[in-house]
Amino acid sequence: MAATTTPSQVIFRIRRFDPVTDAEPHWEEFRLAYTAGMTVLDGLRKIKETASPTLAWRSSCRMGVCGSCGMFVNGRPRLACNTQITELDTNLVYVAPLPNFKTVRDLVPDLMPMFDAHAALHPNVIRQDEREQYAPTGEFFQSVHEVEQYLQFSYCIKCGCCMAACPTYATDPTYSGPMPLTQAHRYNADTRDEGFKTRKPELAGARGPWRCHFAGECSRVCPKGVDPAKAIQLMKRQMVLDYLHLWRHGCGAKPMGKPTDAKRREGIPDAPPATIANAPRI
Amino acid sequence: MRDQRWWTWHIAASAVILVFLGLHMVVMHLEAIIGIFNPHGGHPIEWANVVERAKSAFFMVTYIVLLGAALFHGLYGLRNMLFELNPGSGAKKGLNLLFVVGGLALFVIGAWAAYAGYQVAITQSAAAAAL
Repeated sequence: MAATTTPSQVIFRIRRFDPVTDAEPHWEEFRLAYTAGMTVLDGLRKIKETASPTLAWRSSCRMGVCGSCGMFVNGRPRLACNTQITELDTNLVYVAPLPNFKTVRDLVPDLMPMFDAHAALHPNVIRQDEREQYAPTGEFFQSVHEVEQYLQFSYCIKCGCCMAACPTYATDPTYSGPMPLTQAHRYNADTRDEGFKTRKPELAGARGPWRCHFAGECSRVCPKGVDPAKAIQLMKRQMVLDYLHLWRHGCGAKPMGKPTDAKRREGIPDAPPATIANAPRI
Repeated sequence: MRDQRWWTWHIAASAVILVFLGLHMVVMHLEAIIGIFNPHGGHPIEWANVVERAKSAFFMVTYIVLLGAALFHGLYGLRNMLFELNPGSGAKKGLNLLFVVGGLALFVIGAWAAYAGYQVAITQSAAAAAL
């Protein structure tokens, strides 16, 4: 959303918490001069450099790719690096750590419960023919339609914004949550994968997609445009059809043979030798 | 695995409710358009119409199926809402037991009422025919 005016000064109100010295979190205010293109992360960096060197947060790439800087900015989970001050339509910026997680310090949430739930759902391609997976004889074939079944879910950067917005996760920390479930669906929907049975015990249990009310907040706040609510509904459908023995489980995409009539174009060098001693060679 | 099974039955129960609640709406509110369920005319809850429906085995079965579907759907939904408040494992077991026992008790009472109504309507209808 484009702002109608450009502020000359930005007021940051930041929730601070140091577990060593503070019993409760408190708010601190900082005033900065606005600079063109200023993001919330730019503001935090300026505050750390000039006013409060102890201010703590996580960030890395500064371009909305790594998913480190998820924060609660003006009442909504956002990426600090991806949020311009002018987007907020106000010069008053409230910054707090992501809700639904414990706070390690200042703006640093403890995301381990999310990553534990993520790992429990085996978020990776699992195949019956491990030999083909690790020493492939060719590329696994997928049609454009098959790629579209999971492509948007693969854009997830695990920032935790969806988990912070989820009303179910807010009251029930035993729920797997939108990010892990979306990633489970991302692999279940991938025709190269054969790991549904491995993920099923976790998905079919009490932590599975059944807790989702389809509030849709996860999809609304996702900074990458992923639709976790859709993934969870698709997963519910798959699980119901699986219970009724109506779901057709694929047998894993087969590797395509190497092209026989292809010719290497001139000027393209051979692949360099393997840098790892036991790396499989195709 | 258990939640996958219960969720599937929850969805199946909603489909049953949709059909039989639709039938109920037709019987109760569309009597002017579809009068076959109210052969004596007038309001659908007039005694003669109620007896006419009650002596039908089809209606008795639909009452029992609708009761079972509505009880399961509603109680499972209520259980999910309460479980989201994150009670302890003992409270969860207690709630499960309460809903299973309470649901079965309500189902038995309701099914008995539907069957008893069917028997009464048949007996009354036979007595009226004998006169």
